[in-house]
Amino acid sequence: MSLTLDQVERVAELARIAVSAEEAAAVMAQLNRVLALVDELQAADTRGVAPMTHPLEHEAGVVQRRRPDEVTEPDRREEFQALAPAAEAGLYLVPRVIE
Amino acid sequence: MDWEVVVGIETHAQLATRSKMFSGAPTAFGAPPNTQASAIDIALPGVLPVPNARAVEFAIRFGLAIGARINRRSVFARKNYFYPDLPKGYQISQYEQPIVEGGALAIATPAGEKTVRIARAHLEEDAGKSLHEDRRGMTGIDLNRAGTPLLEIVTEPDLRGAREAAAYARALHALVRWIEICDGNMQEGSFRCDANVSVRRAGEPGLGTRCEIKNLNSFRFLERAIEYEARRQIAILEEGGRILQETRLYDPARDETRPLRGKEEAHDYRYFPDPDLLPLVLAEDEIERVRREMPELPAARRARYAAEHGLSAYDVALLTESREKADYFERALAAARAPAKLVANWVNGEIAALLNDAGLDFDAVPIAPERLARLLERVHDGTVSHKGAKEVLAAMRARAEDADALIAALGVAQVSDRAALEGLVEQAIAANPKLVADFRAGRERALNALVGQVMKASRGAANPAQVAEILRAKLAG
Amino acid sequence: MLEAGVAELAEALEARRVSARELLDLFLGRIRAVDPALNAFVTVAEERARAEARAADERRAAGRPASPLDGVPVAHKDLFCTRGLRTTCGSRMLADFVSPYDAGVVERLARAGMVLLGKTNMDEFAMGSSNETSFFGPVRNPWDLRRVPGGSSGGSAAAVAARMTPAATGSDTGGSIRQPAAMTGICGLKPTYGTVSRYGMVAFASSLDQGGPMARSARDLALLMNAMAGFDARDSTSLERAPEDYARLLDLDLAGLRIGLPKEYFGAGLDPAVGARVMDAVGWFERQGARLVELSLPNTRLALPAYYVLAPAEASSNLARYDGVRYGYRAKAYTDLADMYRRTRAEGFGAEVKRRILIGTYVLSHGYYDAYYLQAQKVRRLVARDFAEAFARCDLIAGPTTPTTAFALGEKADDPVQMYLGDVYTIPAPLAGLPALSIPCGFDEAGLPVGLQLTGNYFSEARLLGAAHRFQQATDWHRRVPRETPL
Repeated sequence: MSLTLDQVERVAELARIAVSAEEAAAVMAQLNRVLALVDELQAADTRGVAPMTHPLEHEAGVVQRRRPDEVTEPDRREEFQALAPAAEAGLYLVPRVIE
Repeated sequence: MDWEVVVGIETHAQLATRSKMFSGAPTAFGAPPNTQASAIDIALPGVLPVPNARAVEFAIRFGLAIGARINRRSVFARKNYFYPDLPKGYQISQYEQPIVEGGALAIATPAGEKTVRIARAHLEEDAGKSLHEDRRGMTGIDLNRAGTPLLEIVTEPDLRGAREAAAYARALHALVRWIEICDGNMQEGSFRCDANVSVRRAGEPGLGTRCEIKNLNSFRFLERAIEYEARRQIAILEEGGRILQETRLYDPARDETRPLRGKEEAHDYRYFPDPDLLPLVLAEDEIERVRREMPELPAARRARYAAEHGLSAYDVALLTESREKADYFERALAAARAPAKLVANWVNGEIAALLNDAGLDFDAVPIAPERLARLLERVHDGTVSHKGAKEVLAAMRARAEDADALIAALGVAQVSDRAALEGLVEQAIAANPKLVADFRAGRERALNALVGQVMKASRGAANPAQVAEILRAKLAG
Repeated sequence: MLEAGVAELAEALEARRVSARELLDLFLGRIRAVDPALNAFVTVAEERARAEARAADERRAAGRPASPLDGVPVAHKDLFCTRGLRTTCGSRMLADFVSPYDAGVVERLARAGMVLLGKTNMDEFAMGSSNETSFFGPVRNPWDLRRVPGGSSGGSAAAVAARMTPAATGSDTGGSIRQPAAMTGICGLKPTYGTVSRYGMVAFASSLDQGGPMARSARDLALLMNAMAGFDARDSTSLERAPEDYARLLDLDLAGLRIGLPKEYFGAGLDPAVGARVMDAVGWFERQGARLVELSLPNTRLALPAYYVLAPAEASSNLARYDGVRYGYRAKAYTDLADMYRRTRAEGFGAEVKRRILIGTYVLSHGYYDAYYLQAQKVRRLVARDFAEAFARCDLIAGPTTPTTAFALGEKADDPVQMYLGDVYTIPAPLAGLPALSIPCGFDEAGLPVGLQLTGNYFSEARLLGAAHRFQQATDWHRRVPRETPL
């Protein structure tokens, strides 16, 4: 499978990455080279093979741990918001969201 | 042409945990913005999620309460989309393998009890809040709510019309509060419903194109939004139009739904299993423990009240509106030497009305059930009339004395002393020869008038049944 | 002292032949002298390091060292979060980001008393095999300044090779510890997945990422593992296992050790000089009594495309948090929220990161998930099965770490796929979650180091380290000093 310019545009929009009209052709060419590599997967015979989502599957009994329902995190708002590009009155600020 | 309105409901019930789904930040409502947003909740680079054991337990409890299948293995997935109140750029939810599947909830309809099938219930985390009040053209983001545990409960499209949908929402609301997994506070967003609404001509087998309606934060809005949406869809179809599948927002001020623009278009959530989390595996003994600790459910209580006390379906449905109410009824009943029907009537009637006036709930009844029991015993043995007992009940709110003391203090005891009553009756006979003559001539109503005269003379303290009996005896003599 | 490794420095500190402060001065001086040519460090934490060294000396003086490594310097790859010290991930996106917390690995090494020299340069968000994708400029190979040091832990590798630090941390997703170790002539271990905490290690691909040590000997790797590894409740994928001594098998008996040689690791694409050096090393093991087992890992060829689906897919989601809202870079000019996102991410990320995000977004998108993502997960299982079958017949697998020695800067910069093909031997182990290490085993005709890769079964780190240590007792490849940075 290879991508068209329209698809590159759509994927870029899904990923929220601006790709200018001038860049688009070059980006498409590089993505298509990578896709040509990953398309080798299509040749693999995986009938009856279960997908492996995790490299810990070899360990029988390794399952998701759960933490007790306890409040362990103090308020660190001032420290965290010092990192923010824009914050005011305890809120992170972003360009107006139109609902 | 008859139309059938088909509804499915998706509910987000906020689980009543102390800490968040994947972080140790508190979940309390109303804190100053971003003071309950930990490193994990604001998605700092490098942080990782660890799920809350109690949230998992609550999901199991819900599944058991609706007779659902508890999946021994469920999987957390990522739902990817960009929005400023979604710090990671994805929401951790359960997608292909939810923790709860199947099950059902019974609701009362005018046609009798109806079973609503639940498709699934899954664990997920809430997003933050966008505050749109103008900040120089900017939107403010508060992430206190981000990461709060939710149980999303999805029905099959089994509901017919707005009233059924609202009845389901009420029953579900009662259940999640009953089993104490959600505080049910709709103003604070702890219990939020979306409705999938479609219409079809009566008798048609397939489903029509549906619209999803969001922002239904009260049962009344849910009902009205569905009514509006059904009317809108029917009008379009009757004019030969087509329904567009879309997400719509209910506007309570205008009582209408309108399409939600922008947010939904071109969505592709790219779900995939969250590699930061392993499959959630539940052990049999853990499920059994939750089952053992499960409180008696409303349906079981309804059956028990009907069987043990002969109460009507209507009475037991009202009594089991909430666990606190049912518990109050049981404590009052256990303490009172009075019939269950009398206790039920008072709990459903006078106590409910008193709480309603005071803006209170059954978790905070100002009159202990044992005090009510004493009063109902006096109603039952005729010491006090229903009217007098209501006065006593009102006084109990402010005063600590027991029922007997208040009956005496308020002077509302019925005069049941036969000698005293006979004196009053004789005075009434002597003072009303015309009524006596009328009665003797066969006019029953004249007796009622005489009873009235006696009651008046006793300033309402006489027991009217007893007065009538004495009058008859004297006039027959 | 610059020549000394972790073990020797620990001994010298213990014997009071040197103080932590003296060591720190020595390495800070070396950094000042050598790093301008190499660009291995993004941040040197001089002030903080002085305080830590002083504290280490005080503990030693009080007879209460925090661990055998108390006072030994270390450098962290710049994706381990360090409180109060910027953590850039080699990206413009985080160029000024100062983490408000320490990573699990950072905490552990600090608790062991190691003195943090600074943060090392890396391919942006660990995506790359040459260290050319860093926002802070490429790192150069101390064996030849025109060549790359490998990546993505290229800064750590160059810093260790050039004796700017005795040890560094790295992270390995598809070879990012082993490949630069091989290209700079040092040692690097990627542990079994779940052994080293990922908490605070900025994620690239969560199901593959694993932190590990980089140093100049296998013995040093073992000592570092003793300090780094262990359960961390904050990481759901961290394994709860009894603590182990990774140095316990350093005197491993090689007689009867079964060494597997997969034919796929010695086929087309392998530089003959690299193959020859690796076979020299294998021959040495055979002379010590090891048995060579010819075997096949038939899905090796498919591991590469599977990796280049799975890693970008996870990355596309892991990197969605960089949106300019709560921290990090935000574009200066934008028209609205959507435009702010698009420009922030277009300007904040470099070309390779954007390429992988786009690939990852595509393979997860509607209609392509089954063909790419699910198929890649199935191939992942086939790769893991190959290893399971192989480890029924051998104790460890030997082969080259990389098909070639270090290539020239810019040589593969325009062709991502050429770059990816260089990961062919390092990608299978993380797909399966297995431990693997790289140690130097000689040089090619151009005098560039060659890496020997040893892969073991789950939790066999101690045995891998033992085999490597035995080899290093008999050879001195790991002691050679890079010619561009003589002592």
